[in-house]
Amino acid sequence: MYRSNVLVCGGTGCTSSNSLKIVEKLNEELKAKGLEKEVNVITTGCFGLCALGPIMVVYPEGSFYSMVKVEDIPEIVEEHLLKGRIVTRLLYQETVEDDTVKSLNKTAFYAKQKRVALRNCGVIDPEKIDDYIAQDGYAALGKVLTEMKPEEVIQTVLDSGLRGRGGAGFPTGLKWKFAAANDADQKYVCCNADEGDPGAFMDRSVLEGDPHTVIEAMAIAGYAIGASKGYIYVRAEYPIAVKRLQIAIDQAREYGLLGDDIFGTGFNFDLQLRLGAGAFVCGEETSLMTSIEGKRGEPRPRPPFPAVKGLYQKPTILNNVETYANITQIILNGPEWFASMGTEKSKGTKVFALGGKIKHTGLVEVPMGTTLREIVEEIGGGIPNGKKFKAAQTGGPSGGCIPTEHLDIPIDYDNLLEIGSMMGSGGLIVMDETDCMVDIAKFFLEFTVDESCGKCTPCRIGTKRLLEMLEKITKGQGTMEMLDEMEELCYYIKANSLCGLGQTAPNPVLSTLRYFKDEYIAHIKDHKCPAGVCKELLEFKIDKEKCIGCGMCARKCPVSTIHVTDYTAPGKKKPAYEIDPSKCVKCGACMDTCKFGAVSKG
Amino acid sequence: MQKKISNLPFKGTPEQEAKLKEVIAKYQDDPGAVMPVLQEAQDIYGYLPIEVQTMVAEGLNVPLEEVYGVSTFYSQFALSPKGKYNISVCLGTACYVKGSGDILNKLSEILGIEAEECTDDGLFSLTACRCIGACGLAPVITVNDDVYGRLTVDDVPGIIEKYKN
Repeated sequence: MYRSNVLVCGGTGCTSSNSLKIVEKLNEELKAKGLEKEVNVITTGCFGLCALGPIMVVYPEGSFYSMVKVEDIPEIVEEHLLKGRIVTRLLYQETVEDDTVKSLNKTAFYAKQKRVALRNCGVIDPEKIDDYIAQDGYAALGKVLTEMKPEEVIQTVLDSGLRGRGGAGFPTGLKWKFAAANDADQKYVCCNADEGDPGAFMDRSVLEGDPHTVIEAMAIAGYAIGASKGYIYVRAEYPIAVKRLQIAIDQAREYGLLGDDIFGTGFNFDLQLRLGAGAFVCGEETSLMTSIEGKRGEPRPRPPFPAVKGLYQKPTILNNVETYANITQIILNGPEWFASMGTEKSKGTKVFALGGKIKHTGLVEVPMGTTLREIVEEIGGGIPNGKKFKAAQTGGPSGGCIPTEHLDIPIDYDNLLEIGSMMGSGGLIVMDETDCMVDIAKFFLEFTVDESCGKCTPCRIGTKRLLEMLEKITKGQGTMEMLDEMEELCYYIKANSLCGLGQTAPNPVLSTLRYFKDEYIAHIKDHKCPAGVCKELLEFKIDKEKCIGCGMCARKCPVSTIHVTDYTAPGKKKPAYEIDPSKCVKCGACMDTCKFGAVSKG
Repeated sequence: MQKKISNLPFKGTPEQEAKLKEVIAKYQDDPGAVMPVLQEAQDIYGYLPIEVQTMVAEGLNVPLEEVYGVSTFYSQFALSPKGKYNISVCLGTACYVKGSGDILNKLSEILGIEAEECTDDGLFSLTACRCIGACGLAPVITVNDDVYGRLTVDDVPGIIEKYKN
């Protein structure tokens, strides 16, 4: 028995800021103090509060140390772990109140969260199957194999109301039912872990923090539809997730939880990893399966749906990581428990990756129906630097921007569609007044143009034309007619593209046109970018009353277009400088250099 | 995105070829072998010149055009070699709204190369990459396996200096 457990986050966010060095240092210091048999150091998955990484929690006290540095470790070991005095200075300050330390679950970031899919992230060591089993791991698989018929499993999932967490929100139970109904000598269970949305990292955190939950759920799905083989298609850009998944699969095989005759019931199921190679379109189900087959990941028309002809032309189900992460809890706690959370048509919880202009960047899991305002202002801690909220972007390149007026809408699949965005996989990027919405639309279109596989014309050429128009507008060469043309083209692409990538690619344009048309008009009519982002429309100016004539800006200017004038402002000793706009490349070096705030852009 | 195909002569060693043959043998009976084999081949050679693609095609008994099709389709496969230090700038949404575009421009200005290119001395290559998921540290760049987060444009010259020696 250990008297203390130290949990250090080993998710990608915290390892990027050196948490593994912290683990090393901890072990070293503990050994030096002879505490290695009393204090246990555990590397866990993501705690969610990535903005404050690296994160370290000491139990039984529950002390939450944030932004820990390697240099802090000797003090924490000496004071806290040896002498029992918590180092309050290094704690997450929200947990410190009048000299007492309050529970993490009472802080603004965690209080409104309900962790179902993320229940084990930041709690167990993902590389130890025994840790997972201690948290009721593989109990759901045991229950399903020994007490339930496949139809009962499917009915339970149907009753829970679980909908696919990958984006479109198709009822999971229904998918399973279709695949179960098709007879075949071989069926497949696949997991979509090709999280390609820029700014989304929910699935990665589940895989890094709790890989066994996905493996267990896939085995359950295999039993339900009659499949003996499964594939997890995971992005190669997630090396930690890939490594932990492989460890988890090997351990499950060793324990007889994968392989032949699981729990002595005669049920066989085994899994294989497949690494994606960086193609966004492979998040689409038919493309993903083509890619598992080792080919170019291009989509194909549906029907036939994968439940009839999927991987290698056999009946296949494909679910997202987060969807699987809910399955074991539904089996153990019952469908009624799951259906008691959420809204009428969207049950359970949803994980969001909060990013962009927000204080608490990180991972949050909230019941469906939580408002965007609660997520952004309460859990997320609002916008930093006193800036104003402008929009929240959900659904990545397939979604849209939600403006202030819709902040109080309860988030679920249907409400988000209604206001022109979509749930997507759960990326939630917050933007403030310094973000230009035309530029954001252009950013997403650049992404889809790059990632369009080129198979169908509406997507390949349509998105390219759309991007060209956006580029013209951000350069001040747009016309008002262009806005109508763009809208028409958007609807054309949506209606005629082969797969989900093209069908949703125009959404960022449509939603910004809907809510931020005035910004488009300002670019076109006034040749101005209100947020000051679009370089071609900017003009840098020197305020001659503020300029002290030091000439720093002129020396920094890469194109030597800043010259001294013959005007000296009252109270200043030297004549002021001015910018000749004809040669200005708008690099902003002058503005960064000026210590007197005399350079402005607009 | 159009991929840049290298004109540099192929310099494979017999050891590398032996390793590749092992990989091909390992996947011989796997129906979806082309991608995993190319991934491991890229680990061995650092990139996928046409000579390596030909070996993969012959080894797995699939047409070369299929192998070429796969290696040009996925952004992870590189057809030209990377520098000793490969700098990736994350252009995911979270990094982009926090200014990673400016950081890419600065790197490109200092190194004198565009994204997906390599400096003449083979020391640095520059990549604009998709979200690496370290959104809490935005904006982020990686130099080989080192991660640099919460960057400003002014941090860029110092980082490059560190690797020059």
